[in-house]
Amino acid sequence: MFSLESITNSIQTWLNNTFNPTIALLFECVIVGVLVISLFAVLGLVLVLMERKVSAYMQIRLGPNRVGPGGSLQTVADTLKLVVKEGLTPDGADKFLFNLAPFLVIIISMLVLAPIPFAKNFQILDINIGVLYVSAVSSVSVIGILMAGWASNNKYSLLGAMRSGAQIVSYELSAGLAVLSIVVLTGSLQLSDIIASQQNGWWIFKGHIPVIISFVIFIIAVTAETNRAPFDLAEAESELTAGFHTEYSGMKFALFFLAEYVNIFIVCSIGAILFLGGWMPLHIGNWNGFNHVMDYIPSSVWFIGKVFFLIFVIMWFRWTFPRLRIDQLLNLEWKYLLPISMLNLLLTTLITIMGWHF
Amino acid sequence: MTNEALKIKLPELIPSVVFEEGGEWITAFVDASAWKTIAQQLRSNEDFQFDYLFCVTCVDWKTHLTMVYHLTSTIYRHSLVIKAKLDRNNPEIETVSDIWRTAEFHEREAYDLFGVKFLHHPDLRRLLLTDDFDGYPLRKDFEDPINMIKL
Amino acid sequence: MYRETQIIKHAQKASSNGGNLEEAGDLVINVGPQHPSTHGVLHLVITLHGETIKNVEPHLGYIHRSIEKMCESLSYRQFIYVTSRMDYLSSHINNHGCAMCVEKGLQVEIPPRAKVIRVLMDELTRLASHQLWWGAMAMDVGALTPFFHAFREREMINDIMEETCGARLTMNYMVPGGVMYDIHPNFQKRVKEFIEEFKKKIDEYDELVTGNIIFQNRMKGVGYLTKEDAISYGCTGPTARGSGVSCDIRKLYPYEVYDQVQFNEIIETDGDCFARYLVRMQEMRQSLSMVEQLIDNIPEGDFQAKTKAVLKLPKGEFYSKIETARGEFGVYIVSEGGTTPYRIKFRSPGFSNLSALNHMAKGYKIGDLVAIMGTLDLVIPDIDR
Repeated sequence: MFSLESITNSIQTWLNNTFNPTIALLFECVIVGVLVISLFAVLGLVLVLMERKVSAYMQIRLGPNRVGPGGSLQTVADTLKLVVKEGLTPDGADKFLFNLAPFLVIIISMLVLAPIPFAKNFQILDINIGVLYVSAVSSVSVIGILMAGWASNNKYSLLGAMRSGAQIVSYELSAGLAVLSIVVLTGSLQLSDIIASQQNGWWIFKGHIPVIISFVIFIIAVTAETNRAPFDLAEAESELTAGFHTEYSGMKFALFFLAEYVNIFIVCSIGAILFLGGWMPLHIGNWNGFNHVMDYIPSSVWFIGKVFFLIFVIMWFRWTFPRLRIDQLLNLEWKYLLPISMLNLLLTTLITIMGWHF
Repeated sequence: MTNEALKIKLPELIPSVVFEEGGEWITAFVDASAWKTIAQQLRSNEDFQFDYLFCVTCVDWKTHLTMVYHLTSTIYRHSLVIKAKLDRNNPEIETVSDIWRTAEFHEREAYDLFGVKFLHHPDLRRLLLTDDFDGYPLRKDFEDPINMIKL
Repeated sequence: MYRETQIIKHAQKASSNGGNLEEAGDLVINVGPQHPSTHGVLHLVITLHGETIKNVEPHLGYIHRSIEKMCESLSYRQFIYVTSRMDYLSSHINNHGCAMCVEKGLQVEIPPRAKVIRVLMDELTRLASHQLWWGAMAMDVGALTPFFHAFREREMINDIMEETCGARLTMNYMVPGGVMYDIHPNFQKRVKEFIEEFKKKIDEYDELVTGNIIFQNRMKGVGYLTKEDAISYGCTGPTARGSGVSCDIRKLYPYEVYDQVQFNEIIETDGDCFARYLVRMQEMRQSLSMVEQLIDNIPEGDFQAKTKAVLKLPKGEFYSKIETARGEFGVYIVSEGGTTPYRIKFRSPGFSNLSALNHMAKGYKIGDLVAIMGTLDLVIPDIDR
């Protein structure tokens, strides 16, 4: 059976046998860095193409179909265009912050990739506070957006950044609480433990009602956190032209664009890990034959499949729903989602304490 | 009210009214200086209730300008055309934008294109043309050798 | 440059207002002339306090071509073609209104076949215009997909128009005395196909957008316009009918064969954006039923009355009004008896509807402004002329 685990293990053994531990660690860092950056590039290309194709099918269009087979190289062409474009800095902008913002945003989404298990025993760092780390680091990205909006010296950007600030800070609460209910059930913040706890059934299929509620809340909250429609207030193009990145062009714009898609990937992988069992194959009760067949599908395929399913759901939202208004958006969070998720957490805790879960 | 009834009723309200023959609706000439009070009465009088001013425009007759107001009542469904002669060199008339708010934009347009000054208009600026535009293009003697092509 | 100076003055006025912090905290934003939701070159200077709108000031004229002045040097046959360029989404109806005004002056009775063809074309144009409005409206509130669905059906109407009129947008099909040429042999067949198709699709429109809870929240209780204000601001068309004003010219002053077809004047009394939305959605169904009634009943005969090659209107004034997709379109011709009009005035519906925008948008959020503009269905060349 194909497994990424054996590859990483053999590389590590070889490095440790050939060099002394410090140099081996350095080499590993370099390899990881290269892998993460190439993952970024691949994700950007694949997700942008996917979004364009998904939207095209929903809008009775064909989507990109000229560059490469089925338009598969369209994103490459677009990236090339963006790279050679002039990166303008508007007059009167705060140059340092203006240029720093896109890098900050992209670095933060890179950092969040660290604890994510892409397959069985295939993750950069299995830290024991994985969930906490992810929610802590991802909330820093709002600083990058505020920075971009403020430094642009543009009123549309400023409005977009302020909206985005209000939005991300509030939706983080319910996203965090939704995640916590799984943490309470598993009793661990480590992502690998959470996956291991789903050995005999994914959390979403185990029949706990609080888990299903938190899954729905989680999906809504992360859609808002990544500034995707129907919560794309920060860049609402019919109101604020492009929101916080109105003044950005060329590669700096591309970094924002890329960060948006990588963020979607990250939140969807968190969702897949917490609720859909991460790389765990689908097992049904004691159908041994079926379970055996499922085991033969590599764990990386399971993980990627689940993540892309969630990404598709989020894209589906975007191309179907109208946008909320800013006050409705905040009302939804503070008046509905937050109380519900708090009660939900309480309920989950009760279930765990009484030992009613399985 | 039918056109005939209007023709009988109207002089009771405006003694100095002069009717113009022809046309679909009753056309009445009024004195420009008295227009404001007449307008208020036409709007509020129980018998008339002209609450909807659907067209305001101006015509340049080379010797004088004529303001044309098309009024109708959404209650009685009768219509009336009011005209007022203005001096061509110094066209001035009271605004009716406080009676019919649609007049605010229409009067700005008439000011823009004909140069009619509407007294006590809340915001009398050019509407369609640039603020530094010279002249009033819909007047018959307007010449623009660069942008206008004579047919 | 003058507009910039205006804006700077405006901003200075706000910030120089000494101790008044509320004034000083205002944000003056230019929406347009290039902006995704103004649907053209409309320029709005909006004063914001936080997200709340304090004032909206339209700056017009970016597409002002002085059509009224141009018409003064064009003959009565020629000037009709210029009016297609005003409200380009209902150019048929503009042409129709002008042709009607000239016919009124000439006192020509047009043949029954031409009357029916005119009404059919008007209603198809209204459908096409409302379809585009529906897509654009949904796009304004953030749903991008409906736009493409609306265009799919609009394309069918455009194809029908292309076959008969030879053009897809500026048709120039109505001439004084009737229509320019007879309908295409395929016309009836294709219109019937369209009716069958669109009956299904309009239910789909309702499912996709009207019932959506987010959409209803965005629309309900936003952009109130009372009945009195609607009349006072001279609003017409679906904008006024959403506020409970009965103002359908087709019902009040029937022209052509509108007194012989069955249709209802749609009136909603709520006066908010959702009411205006519902009026337009139901108007589409009404138009569809009118087309259905007429398509099999086109009388045989001439499609054009005999008129002289050079038209001369008698001395006098002529005013005709017609219901376009946006409201009441009026044509006022002052004739001195020559071959060209002495003065011509177009009373465009969008111009009056726009003047109510400031009144409607005050106190709402920026997102609401976009929704309100969407329900007003503004076409900028129609406003600027």
